[in-house]
Amino acid sequence: MITDGKFGKYGGIFVPELLMPALEELEKAFLKYKDDKKFNEELDYYLREFAGRPTTLYYAKNLSEKLGCKIYLKREDMLHTGAHKINNTLGQGLLAKYMGKKRIIAETGAGQHGIATAVIGSLLDLPVDVYMGAEDVERQKLNVFRMELSGARVLPVENGSKTLKDAINDAFRDWVATVDTTYYLIGSTMGPHPYPTMVKHFQSIIGRETKKEILQKEGKLPDTVIACVGGGSNSMGIFSGFLDDEEVELIGVEGGGDGVETDRTGATLCKGTEGVLHGSFSFILQNYDGQISEAHSVSAGLDYPGVGPEHAYLKVTGRAKYDAITNKEALEGFEMLSKYEGIIPALESSHAVAYAVKYAKIPENKGKTIVINLSGRGDKDMFLVAREMGVEV
Amino acid sequence: MSPREIEVESYDEMFQRVKNKKEGAFIPFIVAGDPDFETSLEIVKAYVGNGADGLEIGFAFSDPVADGPTVQSADLRALNSGITTQKGFEFIRKIREFTSIPIGLLVYYNLIYQMGVDEFYKTAKESGVNAILAADLPPEEAQDAVVASEKYGVQQIFMVAQTTSNERLEKISKMCNGFLYVVAVMGVTGARKDLKISTVELVERVKTHSDLPIVVGFGISKPEHVQNVINSGADGAIVASAILDLITENLQDKEVMLDKISSFCHELKTATIKQ
Ligand SMILES: Cc1ncc(COP(=O)(O)O)c(C=O)c1O
Repeated sequence: MITDGKFGKYGGIFVPELLMPALEELEKAFLKYKDDKKFNEELDYYLREFAGRPTTLYYAKNLSEKLGCKIYLKREDMLHTGAHKINNTLGQGLLAKYMGKKRIIAETGAGQHGIATAVIGSLLDLPVDVYMGAEDVERQKLNVFRMELSGARVLPVENGSKTLKDAINDAFRDWVATVDTTYYLIGSTMGPHPYPTMVKHFQSIIGRETKKEILQKEGKLPDTVIACVGGGSNSMGIFSGFLDDEEVELIGVEGGGDGVETDRTGATLCKGTEGVLHGSFSFILQNYDGQISEAHSVSAGLDYPGVGPEHAYLKVTGRAKYDAITNKEALEGFEMLSKYEGIIPALESSHAVAYAVKYAKIPENKGKTIVINLSGRGDKDMFLVAREMGVEV
Repeated sequence: MSPREIEVESYDEMFQRVKNKKEGAFIPFIVAGDPDFETSLEIVKAYVGNGADGLEIGFAFSDPVADGPTVQSADLRALNSGITTQKGFEFIRKIREFTSIPIGLLVYYNLIYQMGVDEFYKTAKESGVNAILAADLPPEEAQDAVVASEKYGVQQIFMVAQTTSNERLEKISKMCNGFLYVVAVMGVTGARKDLKISTVELVERVKTHSDLPIVVGFGISKPEHVQNVINSGADGAIVASAILDLITENLQDKEVMLDKISSFCHELKTATIKQ
């Protein structure tokens, strides 16, 4: 390895020896192409023409008036396939192509990353296999169908908790056996080095755009940036634009599930402890011995007992703050944005919305300029939300 | 437990012992506590009674990314039967009551980290463990483990695979102690029908770049696989999934399970005799 992939003491490369050469090869290719003119021109082209960048920074007038703050929404929900995930899959997909790989595998929780991978598979003419926990296959049926329409194969994972963490395990197992020709396209800022760094790089476009847009609209930086945290990619993407601007408060919102104090939660940074999972050293939900716990969140994308290592670093250094929103609060956030702004957010993003509402109600935060990263749209969650609301569709 | 001296054969002594007999080492694997603590112990007794030259003991982990379905379900059975890290070491101490052959631990790093690296190696030594291999700990991340291994005299084992370059192989070989674990297949653990020619080539390549004893594992499922790797120059063979499959298939009848495991181990050991 050329670099060690550490954020303070977090991160690193905790993988079976079989994968080490592949990670070395990947790091080398990433370091080469991330500054390559042709690569970046091609990536910019696809981000613009295929994915629909730049996304707007939308002033949420009604919500702002209601809450007495200036609320901006970074509209990643407007991207092709409905979430920020495509920024990363375009970047890594192109990298796979440049590296001459013949097949792409991916894991998915909500299905958003699976879809974003499936479509770049079509675009770049590479076959895609997506590992997805059987429980997630069940609760995100629509997304399974969408992946299959784009020509991807969805492989349900029946192991363990049958959610994202188990899908990642199986993707690693596949990769260990196929590493010569297969590219493993990880969907968040997690996993072994160089993934956390690489995914952040491809998602940092969110932060760069947001910074430019808020300066145009407000003539100053925002007071607060709020984003939901699953593995940590949309949050890392938007935070990256403001990490050096100490005056900007950065808040990551985790899936609290039934509540951080219960054992049905996905709030890894709020509740977890240090350890090694899926290739890196970070915070994880685990028992005394280090057996990994099952996470719980109404939103499949936040239902993960690990979190990207750079977030662990931002937490312990105090540069970012992390809090959790319960399932119930997230659903309220979901309804609120739908009702007041006519924007139906993904359940993941609804956590950030719900947190912003809570935050804005604190007297000392009155009048602040707040950017919420609206990481995705809610189409995929319609059936689930209807059921939660007791509505038949 | 009061620290007492346990008579333990070293890997060097063991490899010399089998070499003198013109054999390779037969090293069966089990997950401590699979399918339950007592049965697990009886299985180990069957291993030892049927020619095991060393033992590879796994500590169950909830998310074993280097393992196929067979070891995954063994891990799950062990966890469901209540195995913990402490009970895993208790298991080793029980084994030490009836055998002195070398014991290697196969774990995932998070289990070591949660107990505390120093404490883990200390307890391992006191329990009678010879060596530790963490499946997800490449040399790059192994500084703490290596320090503890030297402090307590527990050997640190590393893996090499087909994908490992010669340069890397030499680097790993320098950090490794006891034996070098050669991963026979491109993939996770699990029984395989055939042994690839490339495995034999890999053993030959490793031998030209390392002076350590070589033990081949992953996918070694039949007596003829054992025979092939020993004849290609390996010092030993680790058999895991093919034996664990016998546990899985005979959970209803412990007697039959132990009988089948005993005769299979006997066949595997016989196959280590050099031709
Ligand atoms: C819309 C949306 N937002 C957020 C996430 C959480 O992932 P991350 O923390 O990597 O942004 C997901 C994951 O699937 C998602 O689909």
